[in-house]
This record gives sequence, C-alpha cells and structure tokens, in this order.
Amino acid sequence: MSSTTPLLDVSGLTKHFPIKGGFPIRRTVGHVQAVDGLDFQVGEGESLGLVGESGCGKSTTGRLITRLLEPTAGKVSYQGKDITHANRKQLAPIRSEIQMIFQDPYASLNPRQTVGKIVSGPMEINNVNPAGGREKRVRELLEIVGLNPEHYNRFPHEFSGGQRQRIGVARALALEPKLIVADEPVSALDVSIQAQVVNLLQKVQQELGIAFVFIAHDLAVVRHFSQRVAVMYLGKIVEIADRDDLYGNPRHPYTRALLSAVPEATVDETPARDRIRLQGDVPSPINPPSGCRFRTRCWKATEKCATEAPPLVQVEGNKPGHLTACHYPETAEAVPAARLSKDPEPAI
Amino acid sequence: MTSTDQQPFLSIKDLKVHFSTEDGTVKAVDGLSFDLVRGRTLGIVGESGSGKSVTNLTILGLHNPDSTKVEGSITLDGEELNGASERKLEKLRGNKMSMIFQDALTSLSPYHTIGKQIGETYRKHTGCSKKAARDRAIEMLRRVGIPQPEVRVDDYPHQFSGGMRQRAMIAMALVCDPELLIADEPTTALDVTVQAQIMDLLKDLQKEFGTAIIFITHDLGVIADIADEVLVMYGGRCVERGTKKEVLRDPQHPYTWGLLSSMPSLDHPVDVPLNPIPGSPPSLLNPPSGCRFHPRCTFAEKVDGGLCSSERPLLELVDGRGSACHLTAEQRGEYFSDLAGSAAN
Repeated sequence: MSSTTPLLDVSGLTKHFPIKGGFPIRRTVGHVQAVDGLDFQVGEGESLGLVGESGCGKSTTGRLITRLLEPTAGKVSYQGKDITHANRKQLAPIRSEIQMIFQDPYASLNPRQTVGKIVSGPMEINNVNPAGGREKRVRELLEIVGLNPEHYNRFPHEFSGGQRQRIGVARALALEPKLIVADEPVSALDVSIQAQVVNLLQKVQQELGIAFVFIAHDLAVVRHFSQRVAVMYLGKIVEIADRDDLYGNPRHPYTRALLSAVPEATVDETPARDRIRLQGDVPSPINPPSGCRFRTRCWKATEKCATEAPPLVQVEGNKPGHLTACHYPETAEAVPAARLSKDPEPAI
Repeated sequence: MTSTDQQPFLSIKDLKVHFSTEDGTVKAVDGLSFDLVRGRTLGIVGESGSGKSVTNLTILGLHNPDSTKVEGSITLDGEELNGASERKLEKLRGNKMSMIFQDALTSLSPYHTIGKQIGETYRKHTGCSKKAARDRAIEMLRRVGIPQPEVRVDDYPHQFSGGMRQRAMIAMALVCDPELLIADEPTTALDVTVQAQIMDLLKDLQKEFGTAIIFITHDLGVIADIADEVLVMYGGRCVERGTKKEVLRDPQHPYTWGLLSSMPSLDHPVDVPLNPIPGSPPSLLNPPSGCRFHPRCTFAEKVDGGLCSSERPLLELVDGRGSACHLTAEQRGEYFSDLAGSAAN
C-alpha cells in the first residue's frame, strides 16, 4: 500500500481541547491533550482497527478523520488531497465518500423519522438521485443489511437494538462511501447480537470493498475485523502492525498487558497466558507523564523513559510495517504460544 | 453442587417475579431455583432482559412492592426473605448481604465524601461513633487498594477515577463483612486492565472472608475467570446449570452453545465468519410459548411433535448439572460436536 497513494493519510494529527477557567475573564488554563501526533495510513478497501482504553483518544481520532472536529495540528489527506482545514464547500464532495457508524443505535436515529426517511437522508442532502428512485435504492440497502424492505415505513422504536444498528449501517452505505469510520459499532449490543453485526460489517467490507476505520475497545472483535491494528494509549499510537504480527508478537509492554487482561471463555488447568496486572489507572490527558506516557504503569520504565519520548519505529526483529514506540520492547520468546492464531490446541 | 457436605447458605425455590404494567404483566423471572454455599461464586449469565438483575434486586428486597408480585421462596441462612418486613430486611441489607452495582458514579452520592458514605453503613449496623466509622472507612479503602486512604477518605466521588469508584463501591459493600455479596455487572463499565484488577480484588477478598458471591455478567470470559458455578438465564428462566468447566467446555443448551460459538476470541481463526444466534431476545410481555428460546433455536425442528413450541422443557439437575432442553443427549452430542471447530479454534 506504500507504492500508491493511500486512501487516507494522517500525519502528526493533534487535537488539544482547551480548558476554560478563571474569573472574571475566562481564559484558557490548560489543554486536554486528547490526540497527540498520530501517523497512520488506510489503504483502499483496508480495515484499520483502533483499540485502546477509554480516554485514549480513539473516538476523537474518528471525529478528526471525518472532520467533525477541527485538528489543532497535523495533516489529514484523503486521496492525496489535504482536507485538514478544508471548508464546508470544499468538504462537500468528500463528505459523501466518508461515512460514520455510531455506537448507540438508540441515540443515533431520529425517532420521528421512518426508516425510509432516515436511510434516504444522506441522498437527499447530497442531492443524489439513483436510477429507479431513492425508494428503490433504500429497499435495496435494507435488503443488503438483512432487514425486510417492507419495513420502509416503520419507525426506529419498532426495531430491536441489533436491527437499529443495521439501519445505521444502511444509512452509512447509502452514498456508496469509500471509507467508513465505525465508532464502537457493536459495544452497545447484546452478546448474541454482536456477532450478527460484526458479520454484516465484514460482508459489507469484503463485498463492496469499503475501507474501514474500526474503533473499539474489544480486542477480540477488532482482531476478527481488521487487517491492521493500532493500539492507542493516552493520545498516542504505541504500536501498529498487521493483525497477526500485533496479536502474535506484541512488542510494546502495554499491548502485551492489554492482551493478557482480556478474559476469555476458556477453562484451562494450566493457564497458557502469563497474566500481566497493570497497577493504577490511566493518567490524566491534561497533564500526561513526560517522555513515554505509559511509563507510570510500566514495569520496565527507567530514567530514559521519563526524559525521552520513544519514537514509533520498526524495532529490531519486527516485520516491515510493524511499528512500536518503546525503548525496551518485549521479546518474541516471552509470548505464550497460545497467542498465535494457528495454535492447534483447542481452547475450550 | 454437592450440597450434602454443606447446607446451602442462600436457597431460592421456584422464584417468580411479575410486574404489572399498562401493557400487561411482565414475567421478568419465571420459576427460578438455585442454591449457593459459603465461599463459592455463582456466575449468572444472560442478555439484557433475561431477568438476572431482577432476581438479585428481589433477593435484597429492593423491588417496588406495589407493582411487583413475588412468588416462591428466598431463604438466607434459614431465614425466609420473601414477605419479610422492611425492618428485618433493613437489618440484613448492607450487613449480612450487600450489593455492588454496575455504574459506580450514579450509585455514589455526589454530595457526600467517600468516607462518609462507607462509614454510614457501618454506623447504622454497629452503632459505633463517627470516629470509629471513619477509621473503618480508611481501613476498607486500604484493603481495596486505594493509595493514601487517610487522604482520599475525604474526597468526593468526582475526584475518583472509574476504577477507584468501583473500588470504593466494593469497600462500601464489604464494610460490615457480609456473608453474601451480589455483584451486578461490576466490571462492565471498566476497561479491561482495570477489570482484571477488580476481579483479582474480589477473589482475594473472598478467600479472606469466605463470602458467597453472586456475579452477574453478560461476558462469558469474565465468568471463566471468576465463577465456580454457572447459571445461564434466558427469558426469565434458567436454561442451564453446572460448574464453570462443565458449562463452558460441554454446553448442553443450544443457547449456551450459541453464545459460545458466536463470541470472537483471541484464538478464533480470522477467516471464518462468526456464528451468530439469529433473531433477537424475546419480549417478556408476550413471551414465546413452550421453550422461550425456540424461535431462535437452530435445533427446534429436530425435536419431534413440535414439543419445543408447546411444552416448557424442565430443568432436571443431576449433581447440580443439567439443562432445560427437549433435545436428547445423543442429539446434543451430534449437533454440538463442532463447537471446538467453529468457536474455540
């Protein structure tokens, strides 16, 4: 994907939210450093997973890409075109190619509009008139996402959570986008429904060749959906790699700790994974630690970590495209064999 | 459960909880029985609306008596709780049995310090002085792993992070050394690294005090980590019971089997699509006839005579193990055999 222009190219992306305070004149007393210098690319039809804990800036990143927020610094290029500070008019043609799927299917659909109106909304706004009329297209879309086209005139409250999320997917597909930013699309759904929506998104991605930025905190779901995965911590990417490299050979201590903390529905007499228990909580993004931001919870941290921020580079022993931001990366041998995806031993 | 060597501490028999609403009667819990002994953890798994939270609110007597009809029996240490007076329940709540709620921020009062909220329960049940309650609060905060408890005891909930609030909630629930602790999705709102900390904490505290724990969750991974026994609920009923190993390794009910095969795991082959359960959870206003899972069950048509839609399957337990399903053991063996292939690896 490095040979051609990537669909989305993000470099040095930064967003600081000002904190207002003081009396009598309200001035800026500090900044929440939500996102701080992100670099990544998304190729055509590729799916990039963004994982991290709450407050790490993954949702802010999604909103910056879609330009729902104005970046403080850095650059966002879409198809080689700089859209970082593009105005409404310049953005209009691009907006129809970048769509978003939201987390809460109860809050993201207008309760007073019918399904037909909701799904045709993007076409109306962008003045798109597909052959055969908008209604025909909406019925097609409902069919694609596994809803009954007869439900065209129903209201959102008549649907269950999983079905509502399908409506959200249909709306995102209405303009045949090239990139969909999905912000925690399954975390509000019941366990038995999550798999339905994940399968639907996967089908959409593969059959329609749409690129995805898939934001989630569930590492197992991200692994299932994304070809490449970026792990975020306190506004920075600490590790980015192809799926198998990241899950099979995590080099950043945080990635390893995160993977080891995922509870799995397996019963083993001898635990295959060595559990890493992180101490404490994520520090405040208002005043993040100096140097490496993970150092306050890292068991390997030294003085160098406090003074020098580790760059996101290909550390020794990594495959190309596997970048890690750590002074003391983990070694491959330390990873239990059960982590690798082609392990023949049954997990249950 | 091998209840021969130990009397069950909590025993629930044929519990039915019905709410009357404008649209009709909601059968939130419909004939649920289980026992729990001291020092053990029972994991209750189920989707939203399966009746798991209602069951536990009813145990504590936190339902609204005007609109709720509770039938069956709830005995805690030989005492009947269903129909017990509010005064009696008040003496038990927070003392002998207590609860940890899902959302720690909304469950803590924003106007009172953490220390006051923890000490309040202790003073109420022991009648001790304010000073003693404060000391107890500090001790509890230390025990749940809050740094500098002497300082943090005077903090307000907003000054705590999410994980610390949940710790404070646990401190509050454990302040009177309860014998029964009900944890209703205590880690759902937390990040995985913090969730792991909280679960370790609960396990340590259980070892120390021998508390019986009911752990409610929708996450089978969490169950695998913390529970001794598992109860799977669907549509207000128990569909499967057994030890953790039995339920997770060898599920007997199609719903449990479906849940296990639909969950992506870190070992799931990535090129195989997930195997979801079709349809959506039932409405408890107008639940399906017979087995409540039959409209979503892949195997319902394999049972002769449409039994699944006409007759409620009974939960028959042998040594605390069993499921409520019309399929025969041979049929299960045949249909469920590919679990290892589709879900585990």
